[in-house]
Amino acid sequence: MIFENLAEKLQSTLKNLKGKGKLTEKDVDLAMREVKLALLEADVHYKVVKDFIKKVKERSIGSEVMESLTPGQQVIKIVNEELSELMGGVQSKINISSKPPTVIMLVGLQGAGKTSTAGKLALNLKKQGKQPMLVACDVYRPAAIKQLEIVASGAGAIFYSEEGNTNPVEIATKGYEKAKTLGYDIVIIDTAGRLHIDENLMDELKNIKSSIKPHEIMLVVDSMTGQDAVNIAESFDQTLGIDGVILTKLDGDTRGGAALSIKAITKKPIKYAAVGEKLEDLEQFYPDRMASRILGM
Amino acid sequence: KGHIEIDEELYEEIEEILITGDVGFETTLKIVDMLRKNVKKKSIQDVKDVREELKLIVEEILSGDDSNLKLEPKPAILVIVGVNGVGKTTSIGKIAMRLKSEGKSVLLAAGDTFRAAAAEQLEVWADRAGVELIKHQEGSDPSAVIFDAISGAKARNTDVLICDTAGRLHNKKNLMQELAKIFRIIDREYPEATKEVLLVIDATTGQNAINQVKIFKEAAPLTGIILTKLDGTAKGGVVLSIKSEQQLPIKLIGVGEKIEDLQDFNAKDFAKALFSSN
Ligand SMILES: Nc1nc2c(ncn2[C@@H]2O[C@H](COP(=O)(O)OP(=O)(O)OP(=O)(O)O)[C@@H](O)[C@H]2O)c(=O)[nH]1
Ligand SMILES: Nc1nc2c(ncn2[C@@H]2O[C@H](COP(=O)(O)OP(=O)(O)OP(=O)(O)O)[C@@H](O)[C@H]2O)c(=O)[nH]1
Ligand SMILES: [K+]
Ligand SMILES: [Mg+2]
Ligand SMILES: [Mg+2]
Repeated sequence: MIFENLAEKLQSTLKNLKGKGKLTEKDVDLAMREVKLALLEADVHYKVVKDFIKKVKERSIGSEVMESLTPGQQVIKIVNEELSELMGGVQSKINISSKPPTVIMLVGLQGAGKTSTAGKLALNLKKQGKQPMLVACDVYRPAAIKQLEIVASGAGAIFYSEEGNTNPVEIATKGYEKAKTLGYDIVIIDTAGRLHIDENLMDELKNIKSSIKPHEIMLVVDSMTGQDAVNIAESFDQTLGIDGVILTKLDGDTRGGAALSIKAITKKPIKYAAVGEKLEDLEQFYPDRMASRILGM
Repeated sequence: KGHIEIDEELYEEIEEILITGDVGFETTLKIVDMLRKNVKKKSIQDVKDVREELKLIVEEILSGDDSNLKLEPKPAILVIVGVNGVGKTTSIGKIAMRLKSEGKSVLLAAGDTFRAAAAEQLEVWADRAGVELIKHQEGSDPSAVIFDAISGAKARNTDVLICDTAGRLHNKKNLMQELAKIFRIIDREYPEATKEVLLVIDATTGQNAINQVKIFKEAAPLTGIILTKLDGTAKGGVVLSIKSEQQLPIKLIGVGEKIEDLQDFNAKDFAKALFSSN
């Protein structure tokens, strides 16, 4: 499970501090080196780790901590507080517009899990009594439209595509108009995977955005992503503006540092977690619970 | 960059480049250590030469064994495995095209019977490359597809049979057993074939790729790695850790979504890219 290994590592490192009656700066340094290792091995971004360690160290070697009766425990408390701060906040829900249809646009790198997540979201919202429509705007990947069609039918969602139309902006606009006319509650736009540095394709997303004004632009991120997660999220946020993040493939054994880093750097909430390949495998993301799990609190 | 002196700051900057390139902390420390030693041993004075030395160290780790695809003597079977969404199916399209242009006859097996429209996706690639494809219904047993494809390859006297497989996370025991079963079928039905088994790793992946290699190795007789998505800003540095621990050559790289976006792996170019800012 995500964060399990990170949690173990951190806890065993910090355990060594716990019993200490007196702490030297060297004790703190040694422990922080281990914490740094654990975080980097979990793919937390280098800069985030550096800032984190710096903060914890500064707070830890203050006289209040060093001269307290239980300095080890004080340091652990500081680590806990700073980590919770990183994961940040309470759960944030998807914005459902009071004036339907609510438009949700899924964006992200190739293979991150957008199309499958579109189906999962549709099923999730359907179970809440909504009528979602999935719009196929990936005109590039072989059989992407067919894939979304299968996924939509599995979720019992309306499916919208345009045979032969290679203009995603047009497809999105017409799909949206149709949903509005027919009174569907939710429109989910599946877009093609793209690199954050691909200007043409990023422009295409901007054009879709200005045409249909989505309520939620969700960046779909593979939880196995390494150090680049931060660049990716920052770029998508700067060029397009994102409202939240959906983390996928959390059923793997990744330590999930990308999640921590994205949250820390973009301040955008992680709203959902995909935890498998089946349509039911989507969960709401609870950052506070995640932080507790890392720390074993 | 701005450094003119060989000092701690320089080493720290190098550490940062390696770590943010996904090389991983421990491997990074090993490399920086080696660098310090070499700088001393070779009495390197110039920052520029330190950077050159660093590239050489990285190159050294990555080079060594032969990284060409081994598909001779024919017939050969090439199986592509990996976690979800890394670029298996796309890479197969690219490889099929390359082999065909080398004059080989190629047959594809749509061994992903699970993901929505996986066979249709591979079919588009088969058309683009101008090769034939064996597929079954969605939801059927992937081993049966491979079994049929082997018969098809024998009947056609095909040079290379390339098998797609469904994406699977390595920590899913049942899916890894399914993969092991596919290899039992191949051993039984096609013992005469030259085998290449490539694990596809997405260059954007972090330290989890190390586990991917370890565990896939247990179910599949891996012979090499394809590192995809190197056209992005991710450096794929985790292969340095993989290489120093697992002795598995990187054979091919993916640098885009088009059929021609496949290259042979070159340690020198990789080292250069690792240290270039995007
Ligand atoms: N195990 C697991 N697999 C997932 C999850 N989410 C997506 N996948 C798989 O990841 C692969 C890629 O998913 P897609 O939905 O096609 O990804 P995409 O972002 O639409 O890909 P492109 O359209 O090519 O950019 C597929 O094999 C999915 O089944 C998840 O939460 N867990
Ligand atoms: N930029 C870039 N994209 C790539 C590369 N290789 C594959 N892709 C894209 O990555 C996405 C996933 O590729 P697939 O070939 O479907 O991956 P897969 O491993 O077969 O996925 P599953 O079968 O769902 O596990 C697609 O959008 C591809 O176009 C590459 O080298 N560079
Ligand atoms: K990926
Ligand atoms: Mg897709
Ligand atoms: Mg595939």
